[in-house]
Amino acid sequence: MTLKTKHFGTLEIDETKIINFPEGIPGFPNNTKYILIFEEDKESPFCWLQSIDDGDIAFALVNPLTIYKDYAPKVDDEIIALLGEVKAKDLVLYSIVVVPEDITKMTANLKAPIIINTKTKKGMQIVAENEEYEIKYKIFKDLQEVTSGKEGV
Amino acid sequence: MLALTRKKDESIIIGEKIEITILEIQGDKVKLGINAPKNIPIHRKEIYIQIQEENKASATSSIKQLKGLGKILKK
Repeated sequence: MTLKTKHFGTLEIDETKIINFPEGIPGFPNNTKYILIFEEDKESPFCWLQSIDDGDIAFALVNPLTIYKDYAPKVDDEIIALLGEVKAKDLVLYSIVVVPEDITKMTANLKAPIIINTKTKKGMQIVAENEEYEIKYKIFKDLQEVTSGKEGV
Repeated sequence: MLALTRKKDESIIIGEKIEITILEIQGDKVKLGINAPKNIPIHRKEIYIQIQEENKASATSSIKQLKGLGKILKK
C-alpha cells in the first residue's frame, strides 16, 4: 500500500512492518497503526513514528539511552505483557520528542516512553513509575548550560 | 456527574471488573485503591493530560528538523 504523508512524501508501506497500538496513544485514541521510519544514518538516535491511519500525524522519537544515562523506566510486568509474549530482546523503548523552532529547547518525554514488542508488532505508550523522569526533559540541557555560562563571562 | 458519599474502607463498583476503595482520608487528601483489569490504563489526570499535550505538541512540531541531528548528540 502507499501512504501520503505530511513529512515524508508518499511512502510505500511494507505491511509486515506495521506496528499496532491497540489503545492508540494519549491524545490520538483512533490512530492505532504506525510504522517506524529510520534515518539513513543507522547510528542516529532519532527516528519517526508515522501514523498509517492519518498521513499528517507523525511523532519524532529518540532512543532515551542516548540522552539519559541508565534510563530504566519502572513498569508493572503485567502491563508489558499486554504487548504479547515478552522477551527482553524484542522490546524497544523510545521517547517522544517535541521539536520547537528553537531546536535547543527540544524536549523528550522520559516519563511516558513508547514501548514496542518487535516480535508481536504491538506497541503502547506507558507511564513510568519513576518519580524523577520528566515529561519535558531538555535534551540539550548540557549544551544550554555551557552556552549560558559563556554569556555570563 | 454521579456523586456518591463513601466512608473509609467503603467501595464503589464500576461494571463487573472495576472496584475503587477509599483506603485513607487525611485532611484534603483521599487515598484510593483501584482494582481493575490491567488493560484499562489508570492515570493521575494531570499527568495524563500533560502526556496528551506533549504528544499533540510532538505531532505538530517540525519533526523533520531532527534529520541529521543525531551527530550533535554524539559525544
